[in-house]
Amino acid sequence: MIFDGLDITARRGRITAFMGPSGTGKTTLLRLITGQSYAERGSVKVFGEEVSKMSTGELFGLRRRMGMLFQNGALLTDLDVYENVAFPLRAHTKLPESLVRQLVLTKLHAVGLRGAARLMPAELSGGMARRVALARAIVMDPEILIYDEPFVGLDPISMGVICRLIKQMNEALGITSIVVSHDVQELASIAHDSFLLSGGRVVASGTPEELNRSDIPEVRQFMDGLADGPVAFHYPAPDYSAELLDEAADAT
Amino acid sequence: MSTATDSLPVVALRRIGSMSLFLGQVVARIGPAFTRPALIVRQIYNAGARSLVIIMLSGMFVGMVLGLLGFDVFQRFGSEDYVGVLAALGNLKVLGPVLTALLFAGRAGTSLTSEIGLMKSTEQLTAMQMMAVDPVRYVVVPRFLGGFIAMPLLSATFTLIALYGAQLIGVQQMGVDAGAYWSQTQNAVDLHDVWEGIAKSLVFGMAVSLVAVYEGYHAEPTPEGVGLATTRTVVISSVLVLLLNYLLTAAFLTTK
Repeated sequence: MIFDGLDITARRGRITAFMGPSGTGKTTLLRLITGQSYAERGSVKVFGEEVSKMSTGELFGLRRRMGMLFQNGALLTDLDVYENVAFPLRAHTKLPESLVRQLVLTKLHAVGLRGAARLMPAELSGGMARRVALARAIVMDPEILIYDEPFVGLDPISMGVICRLIKQMNEALGITSIVVSHDVQELASIAHDSFLLSGGRVVASGTPEELNRSDIPEVRQFMDGLADGPVAFHYPAPDYSAELLDEAADAT
Repeated sequence: MSTATDSLPVVALRRIGSMSLFLGQVVARIGPAFTRPALIVRQIYNAGARSLVIIMLSGMFVGMVLGLLGFDVFQRFGSEDYVGVLAALGNLKVLGPVLTALLFAGRAGTSLTSEIGLMKSTEQLTAMQMMAVDPVRYVVVPRFLGGFIAMPLLSATFTLIALYGAQLIGVQQMGVDAGAYWSQTQNAVDLHDVWEGIAKSLVFGMAVSLVAVYEGYHAEPTPEGVGLATTRTVVISSVLVLLLNYLLTAAFLTTK
């Protein structure tokens, strides 16, 4: 079982952060929200509709109202930056090329990469790739934007840029944002609501400030980055000395 | 999902079933895929034009060997004029389509599998699904059609070059009379033989392209998984081509 008694609501127009140690099922939670996986029990509703009961057509309809930023950007490697951003427009609309161009350049300008329009994904740095992916995610003007570990592997400058963009997208476009990450400081600076997941349940929720003040051991371990605590450092194993002595006995 | 305890026939049967269902999905999306012909043309170029050099080189050498072999065999019976017949029938009916398909599996098939497999492992296919875009329609079908259309064209190229190679050795080098060479060839080859070659190249093109896109789409999204899928494409395609070749040869023989 990955989740047990999970009860989470992401409110419209706000930035909601799901935090937690690696392996707590944060990405699985996103897969449930986007209908890539279904829960055996329980309910996942988006725009008031039960995701697991949607037909393929309805699910695709729902996804047109969403944008998703993947951990590694997931840009289409055979298309350049411009065509990557134009991809959803070409797939779903019959807009004239002049309008497609205008929309693509607007979105690329918003993420500061209008000048990189003709570069191939292989020519981009990790931070640039994620910004292009963000431009692609917003090109259809989604109502919900989902970010899966947007800060992983980025240098501090790129991290700051992505952080600022997430906030700007939320404030300027009113997009409901769901961010999954374990970068506490970055999330604290942008999130309106935070949920800390551990062991398949929500161990704490509230504003980042409230989480910072919490005395719950799981929260303290996570916020302070402590190696030991409720989340054990060691993977379950037999007794260390017993295992070493057994090995020594076998050798003799 | 296969388990380690499944026997080979069970695994094979499961794969055939899964591949048939996948073919159904592909066929159902062929019509819509033609609304974006540029995607298909690009894949014909990738699978076809980029395989052209290896196909032409192989065709030339195969034709030349057939010329040598034919001359060696027929001169023992004083029938060197029949070198052209052996080269034409051998290439049209068997060697052209079969060798092209095997080379195609190694060159274009592996490329298709690894490309789709890598797209899967880098979440590009998931990203498409998240953009409400069907990856089977946008990624798989154009590549399948590209291979299916390119294969007969490559096979025809292989056959023509091989015929030239055989003629080069038989007539130019070994001194077989050109008039006798071509007239014997013309008398021996009929339209049925040409149709056999065309039918085989179409069937092989479909089989190899299907295996390649299927293996790529169902590859484990890891470097090892993509590597294994690429290997499976070559192995399954090659065995399938040889099996289908036998069945089609037998079928054409009975309908002659």
